[in-house]
Amino acid sequence: MSDSFLKTIFGRLTLESFPIHEPILIATFAGVAVGGVAVLAALTWFKLWGYLWKEWFTSVDHKKIGIMYMVLGIVMLLRGFADALMMRAQQAMAFGANDGFLPAHHYDQVFTAHGVIMIFFVAMPFVTGLMNYVVPLQIGARDVSFPFLNNFSFWMTAAGAAIVMMSLFVGEFARTGWLAMAPLSGLDYSPDVGVDYYIWALQIAGVGTLLSGVNLLATIIKMRAPGMGLMKMPIFTWSALATNVLIVAAFPVLTAVLAMLSLDRYVGTHFFTNTMGGNPMMYVNMIWIWGHPEVYILILPLFGVFSEVTSTFSGKRLFGYTSMVYALLVITILAYLVWLHHFFTMGSGASVNSFFGITTMIISIPTGAKIFNWLFTMYKGRIRFELPMMWTIAFMITFVIGGMTGVLLAVPPADFVLHNSLFLIAHFHNVIIGGVLFGTFAGLNYWFPKAFGFKLDKFWGTISFWFWVVGFYVAFMPLYVLGLMGVTRRLRHFDDPSLQIWFIIAAIGAVLIAIGIAALLIQFYVSFRNREALRDTTGDPWNGRSLEWATSSPPPAYNFAFTPVVHDLDAWYDMKSQKAVRPVDGFRAIHMPRNTGTGVILAGLSAVIGVAMIWYMWWLAILGFVALLGVAIVHTFNYDRDYYIPADEVTAVENARTTQLAPAMVGGA
Amino acid sequence: MSEATIPPGAQAPIFYETDEHHHDAGGSTMLGFWLYLMSDCLIFAMLFAAYGVFGSSYAGGPQPHEIFELPLVALNTSMLLFSSITYGFAMLAMNDGKVRSVQGWLAITGLFGLAFLTIELYEFSNLIHEGFGPQRSAFLSSFFTLVGTHGLHVTFGLVWLVTLMVQVGTKGLIPANQRRLQCLSLFWHFLDVIWIGVFTFVYLLGVLR
Amino acid sequence: MSADTHGHGHDDHAAEGAHGTRKDYVIGFVLSVILTAIPFGLVMSGVIADARITAGIVMVFALVQIIVHMIYFLHMNSKSENGWTLMALIFTIIVVTICLAGSLWVMYHMNANMMPSMAPGDMGGM
Repeated sequence: MSDSFLKTIFGRLTLESFPIHEPILIATFAGVAVGGVAVLAALTWFKLWGYLWKEWFTSVDHKKIGIMYMVLGIVMLLRGFADALMMRAQQAMAFGANDGFLPAHHYDQVFTAHGVIMIFFVAMPFVTGLMNYVVPLQIGARDVSFPFLNNFSFWMTAAGAAIVMMSLFVGEFARTGWLAMAPLSGLDYSPDVGVDYYIWALQIAGVGTLLSGVNLLATIIKMRAPGMGLMKMPIFTWSALATNVLIVAAFPVLTAVLAMLSLDRYVGTHFFTNTMGGNPMMYVNMIWIWGHPEVYILILPLFGVFSEVTSTFSGKRLFGYTSMVYALLVITILAYLVWLHHFFTMGSGASVNSFFGITTMIISIPTGAKIFNWLFTMYKGRIRFELPMMWTIAFMITFVIGGMTGVLLAVPPADFVLHNSLFLIAHFHNVIIGGVLFGTFAGLNYWFPKAFGFKLDKFWGTISFWFWVVGFYVAFMPLYVLGLMGVTRRLRHFDDPSLQIWFIIAAIGAVLIAIGIAALLIQFYVSFRNREALRDTTGDPWNGRSLEWATSSPPPAYNFAFTPVVHDLDAWYDMKSQKAVRPVDGFRAIHMPRNTGTGVILAGLSAVIGVAMIWYMWWLAILGFVALLGVAIVHTFNYDRDYYIPADEVTAVENARTTQLAPAMVGGA
Repeated sequence: MSEATIPPGAQAPIFYETDEHHHDAGGSTMLGFWLYLMSDCLIFAMLFAAYGVFGSSYAGGPQPHEIFELPLVALNTSMLLFSSITYGFAMLAMNDGKVRSVQGWLAITGLFGLAFLTIELYEFSNLIHEGFGPQRSAFLSSFFTLVGTHGLHVTFGLVWLVTLMVQVGTKGLIPANQRRLQCLSLFWHFLDVIWIGVFTFVYLLGVLR
Repeated sequence: MSADTHGHGHDDHAAEGAHGTRKDYVIGFVLSVILTAIPFGLVMSGVIADARITAGIVMVFALVQIIVHMIYFLHMNSKSENGWTLMALIFTIIVVTICLAGSLWVMYHMNANMMPSMAPGDMGGM
């Protein structure tokens, strides 16, 4: 076979693309392969494929999709954290004559992959998963507005994650840092496939994120239970509304920027090149127009979680609900007015820097107001120190530290000193771990019993909590110190031996966090083993206040047999205190969307197109695109997308719940 | 709401909607599609921003007044305008429930759209043949990308339009198809609005520069 | 475009507020033709000597025409979907304005400070 023929078929994919000369990757690949084969074998052995396909992969149920998002987030957390451990180990040992264990070529991929994975494939699935699961329940709806789209969105996100994972074993990932700044990410400086992996993974996952944003927005606007006016919406739903507004209005910017970068790389245009009138600074400008709202996309839903948790576990109505809502709205607008603080040092001059410095300081005000609201909610409350509440308190302490270092960085002259230093790294890990991850764990422990019908084990949860929190401080406080001493980020090797002790401490912190993650996994296992003892029969294990606690745990496919009518902000608390009686007969058939495999197929084809484009297999890209269009069109010819759950079935499910509730005497009956 | 469960004690509020009336399917579709269009609007905003920043980075290449042919652009604009009103007539026919008429107006709309694309491709190929392709300068990169993205949208609009013609033919003007026609209507008129921005900021102001 | 499950808004009828009359379309079309023809005419004939004034007028016409399209073709009003479409539009316009104006402002200063040889109006490029 001739060379050009192979090139036509495989593009630039050759045998050399497989990293067979890198022992670390070979070992990882062997591990993943053995683990993967074991999982596949187990699934086949227990005949679970049909079940997974029918009940999960093709499901349009927002609850199942939400759970799948969380699983994706946890799996990718393990990968992203493995990268973090490698970086910490490298930096702890690579001093003086010791070159560490990661060659530069590999180290650069590790820190890029760590950032990309943690933001796009850990934090995003976590927040999307929580919103997907909780929002429809909180507003008393039976599903989201566009259930099929929801399934498709999930699979697009998963396809993006798969492409990033593929780069580990076929070719390589970007060596540019998580935002792939031009001109480094241009063809001149990164001619290999790394940046293309980056582009296609993010573009495909971005479609999913955008559509899920549209979907949840429409759901919140159109499908609230009767009586639930905007100011009676649970605060988590409000924060989801603000978040999804940001998603719909920010992700297109990322799409556009990455599209221009790909045109530079594939077509030879000159947007961000150094020649022919291109301007790399425009890339930085545009990617941060997306990048800053993205920060709030990540944190706002968790602000909602903390509000719900604080109110529930303090046994009080949320303090300052109205001010919370306005704070959210102010943050939503201001999120678009601060992007330049990410590149104060690029040289836009005093007037521009002052403007963005001031807006940045202003945006900390609504956030600060929220902290005070949580504190006042706790004030004189009867606080129960369950796991969600513990995470919330850890968040408040940690986030305030992170917030203050953030305001410090908002001062342009200070930023000139600290820009690109480890101080910045410590700052944003301080707010992302302390805010997003702690919030996810609070939400996970809070809503897990709703999703699965049993609580999570408190002992292992507490272990995980302490290792995470202590580990976080041990890992990142040294980075603040190092940053103040002038150490810049993304370095692979150091000459000054006096710095080493700080990196060793940071590495110890990373190990503590690793134990925390392990404890989290053990917590899942132990809880599953003891599920009968931890069983929640009431549907309301925490004495909750919003509507998701009004139905059983786990909720039936249709969520609510009868749609609840809302009279008060804390709708379920109101129903309990007014002794609302759950209707036990007169059930009717319920109209529900039908499962479909189209989402999986479309996302699969998108992944094929992405991979084909990465490797220049043009024929496959064209073929994949035609197939994608074809499947999408064929799908629109299917008008039969819903069905009725018969009244008998609803009655049977609801009678079981009536029996379950009878001894507990909770929920009104 | 006669069956509503009333807790002990008079005038207690109703907490469950036991007598649910059937809701229209697809009640969120129009809003959802509008929200999608808003996000699309932002893609174009970034392309306009890029054009605004790179619009005078000629890199020694041609300048707008040397390469833009306004008569051609005017012709192109009129194609899009005609397609707008014909799509409007398709919608009116839909309201009257006339399947044939809807298909007819859609076909005419599609032809105008096709004419628009043909003229645009003719313009592009001329430029590329003269050596003024998107690789020539940042100005041309941003020009081709902005105008091309609009053209790509029109292309997808056409694919969608043909699909809908078939669906209206086979299924008639059922509510689902009416919703789809309305979504495409939003999409099509939205592309007009974007084109107003394109011919003003790219072509007219470009020639004036 | 997928089927909806049980919207609870009681106002959600598929055809609601989304169709104009024949008169609307014709008015919109005539206005658009006028609003398109005048700027093209101004630029092509060059009747106004000062390009800046022409540019200003052209932009005003574009703005008016966008509004005409919004009203007569997209049937925007404050009532459709309980005002949510209009709200979404206003929010989008704000964000678009911020992004456009902000990018131009930021990049103008960047170029002025960091690329003195490429001051705007100059022959750009290398």
